[in-house]
Amino acid sequence: MYGLIWRALPGPGWFRALFLLALAAAVVLVCFEWVFPWASQYVPMNDNTVEV
Amino acid sequence: MSVMTAPPRHGVYRPRRRRGFVSGFVGFVGELFITAGVLLGLFVVWQLWWTDVQAEREHAQALAALDWPEPAPAEDGSGLAVAPRYTDDPPVMEAPPDETVFGKLYVPRFGAGYVEPIAQGVDKERVLDRLGIGHYPDTAMPGDLGNFSTAGHRTTYGRPYHLVAELQEGDPLVVRTEDTWYVYKVTEWRIVSPYQVEVVSPVPGIKPGEPLPELTERFMTMTACHPMYSAAERYVVHAVFDYWAPVSEGVPAELIDAGVDVEGT
Repeated sequence: MYGLIWRALPGPGWFRALFLLALAAAVVLVCFEWVFPWASQYVPMNDNTVEV
Repeated sequence: MSVMTAPPRHGVYRPRRRRGFVSGFVGFVGELFITAGVLLGLFVVWQLWWTDVQAEREHAQALAALDWPEPAPAEDGSGLAVAPRYTDDPPVMEAPPDETVFGKLYVPRFGAGYVEPIAQGVDKERVLDRLGIGHYPDTAMPGDLGNFSTAGHRTTYGRPYHLVAELQEGDPLVVRTEDTWYVYKVTEWRIVSPYQVEVVSPVPGIKPGEPLPELTERFMTMTACHPMYSAAERYVVHAVFDYWAPVSEGVPAELIDAGVDVEGT
């Protein structure tokens, strides 16, 4: 999978590495901002209220 | 050339191609697993670290936005005045709209620098994950007869109740609203199931449906998760009202003795 992405990218090696780093940063950002807050409601490890 | 049709060559090429496909597929699945593992690791980093970073910033902003009057300075000019103890009926504010920050909690046992906002409501996403300590909306306001009940994260999201299990009998819990200090003293703590709502009833321990006696006491209750990093149970601390004081007359001695800097917070 990653080999395919690497071969599909144009340009010299340093450019591809930089591009993939930016891509990884974008994935982390999307996860931290949207995916994980949504997923955390299914991981009730910190509920602290009492309820009926 | 005869190379293309030579049977031995076929025999060499074919298994090589088949191995290529299988190992390629296994490699692909392996990369998927590694990716999933990295994402799960990132989730843990987010939950245990980033939610704290984000929530602490939001708590600081919520406190800074209050812009409340400073307590009275001491007459000799050295710091703030020690507020007198009032034990008559305290002034009680109206319940504010949901998600409104209406109070601050100081707990000397949690450290001299400890101060956290108290907001109306116990909705996880909108109050507890963002604004700090939540106030169970149908319970008493600070100083009122009944049970001023609060919930706070013990882990993650700024964890205002991280040290809740350190509280000892007699420890002061100091609540401030815009104009008034309310000092409660810890009396007991217990570990309950998440469904034992009697801990936040106006008289702690009276279950829903049971007759409620006439209210004569002012309680405060803290609920937090237990054990840490689990939602199996709740850690509950009860406190009773000790005294109140107007902010315009100084700062409770409990905070001054503990070296809490209330100016600018």
